[in-house]
Amino acid sequence: MASKFTVSHRAGWLMAGPAFGLMVMFILVPFFFAFALSFTNQRLISPNPTEFVGLSNYRQLLGVGMLTLEPVKDDAGIVQLKDGAPEYPALRSFTRKNPDYPHLDGMRELFSFNLSGDKITYVLARDVVFIKAVLNTFLFVLIVAPLQGGLALGLTLLINQKLRGINVFRTIYFMPVVVSIVVVSILWRIIYDGNNGLLNNILTGLSFGAFQPVNWLGETSTAMGAIIAMSVWQAVGFHMVIWLSGLQTISPTLYEAASIEGASKWQVFRYITWPGLKNTAVLVLIVITMQAFGLFDQINVMTKGGPLDSTQTIVFQAIERGYGKQDISGGSAISVLLFLLVLSVSLIQRYLTRSVEAK
Amino acid sequence: MTNAKWVAGAFVAATAWGSVAAAQETLTMWYHGAGNEGEAKVLNQIITDFNGSQADWKVELQSFPQAAYNDSVVAGALAGNLPDILDVDGPVMPNWAWAGYMQPLTIDESKIANFLPGPKGMWDGKLYSIGLWDAAVSLVTRQSILDELKLRTPTLAEPWTLEEFNGAMEAAKASGKFEYALDLGTAWTGEWYPYAFSPLLQSFGGDLVDRSTYKTAEGALNGEAAMAFGNWWQSLFTNGYAQATQDGADRDSGFGAGKYAFSWNGNWAALGALKAFDDTVFLPAPNFGAGAKIGAASWQFGVSAKSAHPDGASKFIEFALQDKYLADFANTTGLIPATATAAAMTENYKEGGPLAVYYSMTEANALVRPVTPGYVVQAKVFEKALADIANGADVAATLDAATDEINADIEKNGGYGH
Repeated sequence: MASKFTVSHRAGWLMAGPAFGLMVMFILVPFFFAFALSFTNQRLISPNPTEFVGLSNYRQLLGVGMLTLEPVKDDAGIVQLKDGAPEYPALRSFTRKNPDYPHLDGMRELFSFNLSGDKITYVLARDVVFIKAVLNTFLFVLIVAPLQGGLALGLTLLINQKLRGINVFRTIYFMPVVVSIVVVSILWRIIYDGNNGLLNNILTGLSFGAFQPVNWLGETSTAMGAIIAMSVWQAVGFHMVIWLSGLQTISPTLYEAASIEGASKWQVFRYITWPGLKNTAVLVLIVITMQAFGLFDQINVMTKGGPLDSTQTIVFQAIERGYGKQDISGGSAISVLLFLLVLSVSLIQRYLTRSVEAK
Repeated sequence: MTNAKWVAGAFVAATAWGSVAAAQETLTMWYHGAGNEGEAKVLNQIITDFNGSQADWKVELQSFPQAAYNDSVVAGALAGNLPDILDVDGPVMPNWAWAGYMQPLTIDESKIANFLPGPKGMWDGKLYSIGLWDAAVSLVTRQSILDELKLRTPTLAEPWTLEEFNGAMEAAKASGKFEYALDLGTAWTGEWYPYAFSPLLQSFGGDLVDRSTYKTAEGALNGEAAMAFGNWWQSLFTNGYAQATQDGADRDSGFGAGKYAFSWNGNWAALGALKAFDDTVFLPAPNFGAGAKIGAASWQFGVSAKSAHPDGASKFIEFALQDKYLADFANTTGLIPATATAAAMTENYKEGGPLAVYYSMTEANALVRPVTPGYVVQAKVFEKALADIANGADVAATLDAATDEINADIEKNGGYGH
């Protein structure tokens, strides 16, 4: 005899079944596949058998090293100058087939700094492009998460008023969310165009011709910023709606009480609205963070990781390798690393927000 | 027309179609040219003619947009779902043949004896694919520009040297009449980079990979010749001759609008350039030391490995190789017909035709891209290296990194069967 408990569970499983089955098939199974493939040399297409290669894909991705070089000196120990600056031995003489430095073989400069005197220290990476992709992705997340969340909250407060025609504004702010990100990216590529893009034309017009046109997506200094601005613009409406739903769960009696007490607008926000939004804030933050780690479409349409790797991202690299360069094992290893990254960041966020709630 | 007649007509048509279908085996075919009406028309004509010419086979065409074509074939192959006949970009063919997607053609050797070398897709000593056309690249400019800048007109026998080429760029820049001296087409990301620019590297004496073994890129892509090429390539941008990032619209119409003095462009764009200026001339590739080189091999036809009817598929391809179809394609697309006899039948490539010069260029300078399954990866690595160098990356470090990546890939693939 089945108890009422298991019967109700059976109904629950039945109802969850389709969604659960699809998630297992399209999320869990591919993930375990990726995990397993990342330890092999699996290719997208190849007649060669798949071989187990251990951690070599991860070693290739994560290998880093350091090298400190002294300037070239002549026999008397005097630093040789070239064009007024001390000359250093070529880095490639250490990183290519140098029997004294086997651990640096095949590495490239990530960046260099000068700490003491004329010694120069190089930080090297075996896979510079991947390390840059990780750094860029973190930069994107760190800027987009607070900026997009904050802007969305600001917009929410603006549109959460009883004005005539407020729905027009709500619609306008929400519109970019409905449009496919690929379409938005193509449009913004035209807006950012270096010759006569809309943005350059507006800035030139506003400054009466003083502004020099910038190739927004073609310069290493502006490409990432351009993509961040466009991404925030596109997604801010979605989080605005989530904030709005949070706002509407706050009881109006609290606001009435506040107005009777004579609270200022800032006090109302600080002591009623913000505490009431705490759970929404956690949700918004985690959702934005996770979406931001998956940055791909904008990059693929607008810059393909360029110029000079300034817009490489983790997901773009995973797809470029796995599919473009037919290296499924390398792409899988990147995906597994991304999973671990997102998992740990989410756990940290959960821990931090829980301690805030406990106060 | 009365209703009764219409019904009768439909009935006859339906039964006629049914009886033909019953007698003929169907051969499926994939083509990359969806959305290109001219190409579709010629191809459909060939298919209709072939289906009508014999009673055994009936070819059915399915077209894909070019951007999605290679992905569709790979996906189709992984799913075990390839057509009988497919078309393949020349340099990609060894990859698919090696992976076991394609089988050698059984075509009478004499039928392709007079073909240009580029359209013949050879891998492992066997013919896997054959093209009806080839493509060529030239340095497009105007006679009036050459005269005004007092530049010697280069010929196939005596192309520009490195000094002459750089001198021409400097003269065009110094004239102050152009936004940029040279339109390289950097806006065309993808296969354009290895197709159009690797011959320049080869003209310096370097290459994507050492073709004597195909086992390493060491020395070929990062040797002295390659470093010289890399420094020259970077100088094009640091000297302000060309743009590292180019607007797509400038690539398409910039030369016609007079923004550039020279344009490094394919023969498919030649008719447009002729329309823009009466005195447009197509100059041969410069010789940077190791001979003048341009790319070769365009889209070609092949038979998939899993085809149940390879004999029928080969028959269709053989049927398509007739001069009249080669000429039809060339007339519609502006591409170079694969035989001299077909060239003589076309408006543009016949003796004295406006594009005949491209046929001679292909004959004289064509060099196929490295014939190896690893080309697919090498092309991507090369493209990124060139884009990075153009944007100011260190030449030696970039070419070293590209070499390492190509070598690692060759090793990961057990030498790609070479």
